[in-house]
Amino acid sequence: MDKDGKFLAARFHTHANLGAYLSTFASAIPTYLYGTLLAGQYATPQVYVEVDTWFTHTAPVDAYRGAGRPEAAYLVERLVTRCGWDMGLTQDEIRKRNFVTQFPYQTPVALQYDTGDFHACMNEVQKLADVAGFDARRKASGAKGLLRGMGYSSYIEACGLAPSNLAGALGARAGLFEAGEVRVHPTGSVTVFTGSHSHGQGHETTFAQLVAARLGLDPSQVEIVHGDTGRIPFGLGTYGSRSLSVGGSAIMKALDKIEAKAKKIAAHLMEASDADIEFSGGEFKVKGTDMKIPFAQVALTAYVPHNYPLDKLEPGLNETAFYDPTNFTYPAGTYICEVEIDPETGVVRVDRFSCVDDFGVIINPMIVEGQVQGGVIQGMGQALYEHGIYDKESGQLLTGSYMDYTMPRAANFPNIQIGRVCTPCTHNPIGSKGCGEAGAIGAPPAVINAVLDALKPLGVTEIDMPATPDRVWATIQQAKRA
Amino acid sequence: MYAFTYERPATQAEALKLVQGGGKLLAGGQTLLASMKLRLAAPEQLVDLGGIKELSGIRKEGNALVIGAMTRHCDVAESAVVAGAIPALARLASGIGDKQVRARGTIGGSVANDDPAADYLAALLALGATVHTNARSIAADDFFQGLFTTALDEGEIITALSFPIPSRAAYMKFPQPASLFALIGVFVAQTGAGVRVAVTGGGSGVFRHGAMEQALTASFTPVAAAAVKTDAGELSSDLHGSSSYRAHLVGVMTQRAVAQALA
Repeated sequence: MDKDGKFLAARFHTHANLGAYLSTFASAIPTYLYGTLLAGQYATPQVYVEVDTWFTHTAPVDAYRGAGRPEAAYLVERLVTRCGWDMGLTQDEIRKRNFVTQFPYQTPVALQYDTGDFHACMNEVQKLADVAGFDARRKASGAKGLLRGMGYSSYIEACGLAPSNLAGALGARAGLFEAGEVRVHPTGSVTVFTGSHSHGQGHETTFAQLVAARLGLDPSQVEIVHGDTGRIPFGLGTYGSRSLSVGGSAIMKALDKIEAKAKKIAAHLMEASDADIEFSGGEFKVKGTDMKIPFAQVALTAYVPHNYPLDKLEPGLNETAFYDPTNFTYPAGTYICEVEIDPETGVVRVDRFSCVDDFGVIINPMIVEGQVQGGVIQGMGQALYEHGIYDKESGQLLTGSYMDYTMPRAANFPNIQIGRVCTPCTHNPIGSKGCGEAGAIGAPPAVINAVLDALKPLGVTEIDMPATPDRVWATIQQAKRA
Repeated sequence: MYAFTYERPATQAEALKLVQGGGKLLAGGQTLLASMKLRLAAPEQLVDLGGIKELSGIRKEGNALVIGAMTRHCDVAESAVVAGAIPALARLASGIGDKQVRARGTIGGSVANDDPAADYLAALLALGATVHTNARSIAADDFFQGLFTTALDEGEIITALSFPIPSRAAYMKFPQPASLFALIGVFVAQTGAGVRVAVTGGGSGVFRHGAMEQALTASFTPVAAAAVKTDAGELSSDLHGSSSYRAHLVGVMTQRAVAQALA
């Protein structure tokens, strides 16, 4: 860093555990999905990353929510907060001095961020988290013998996997496009076949909304079919927060083809030229006139082609598209966590957690909020409760059941405050960046930075996850003895 | 689970006969059934005490609270009789496990099992309770004999627990975050004869804390408890807490129990 806290260069050396055997994704997680995120939201000109991977006696590791990006965000955001403290700058100030502001931005670690507004996320979340009121809250906690701290995490991640040629260059044996087929029925209702697969993400709702909005239908008229390889075109599935950005984009491209063909049918029905047809609100109109026909009529005509340009156009209204992304997508945001710690027991209580994410264009706010809540809880679980522990002598797994492995419970957390910024993705037809993993990526460093902020007055400078009561208390005792 | 036969006797006499013939007693099943699923226990015959009505119930008898062995935790937690006599006991019961565990778990089962982190055991020891069985009555001080070891004979059935009513009492538990058992739980009771302090979660079974009892009998205040140090050497270390952390928690939980008892 220079004397003003501007980052000049960063060097990372990482040791990554693979477990006893290689799993499908093991080698990619601590390298391609991790090393390439170590620029973070910052315009650091030089970044050097070296990763050693190790076989050990633990169970093989594989992709967990975030797959490498939580590790990158944890490292960068803990480091940046530490930089701030070392420089006498607040956690937000050190970040603001280094945020990327010009896009597209080519990082020194291969990825090129298409767009973003990191300052906007930071400003929004500081309001949401009532940063202004923190000092008063800290005093009030102090009066009760409790410590209070606030931690920032300005995460960025790369998802919407992935450009096939890039994946191939990195050694993947598969392509990473997605397929979407839109079948319009004579009744005007629609069935969509998608290679994406919903296992709780709500694609049945989101994709139906996407199609319904485009065609002027009610979402109840759109059926989403997924999961049966006997019925759908060849697709690549759901992971890496790709379903809306890649699967949804494939559907959009199929809808482009549907719209193009439907306009020709409408032109014929209204005896106009193809170029004079506009489509909006579920209706085809002739430019400059008040002539129009509804989508349902065009759909029926496609399958009952009596008044139809059969010499130029096949019957039917059923199109398939395959979409291969040209870049990753880059959801980003800032999270602020506030904790209260009881120094007598070491218990960390999350008092409030605020998120502002930029997911680009979103389709269903309720579903996105659910994803953020789930991801954040998962991240807080990692920061405060969860750990797979092996006995050093015997190699026996000690956390063998939920009687010893502490799963986060709803009662452990406050409601999460969620806000949003939108800079549309520049390279897919929806403008979406994806949101499924962001919470799990951004949350852990926010929590640990908050814990360290609370314990700083006691001389504590370091703590590892999970910050269990036993560990927090022992850390405080150690600092007291020093 | 391995295969087993299941009996549900209607009377104590029937239950005794089955158990003397080798049957294994089933109370709430919250420990036994889980052990059977893990194949850590494989009884050939289960003798379910749930059908014997006289084993459940809560009543006041003079200056004592009497609770039937098969009384469920939720019933102790919600009982007006318990709340009126020993509210600390109701609060303790309301903190055992979770809602599902409290709906089935029983006080008799917990006492017979003698888990080193069970909550009720601290209450029995601190209140100077008596364990009544089909054959005799055993004072709490003589009942708990070490890790998972009680004074019960083979085939002996606990029928009821009786608790002398204290002038003041409280239970403070620091839960093990995964299982919600006590990492350290301290029950403090003040009677005419002085103060008794019992600790559960320490690792080798519930025990009375002599030094705390002395200090609190002299002065029943959190400050008096804060001055007493607990020896970590007697306590266990595991992945949820070191022995020195446990020793520290004994002090903190005792202080907080005293503060609650005084409130």
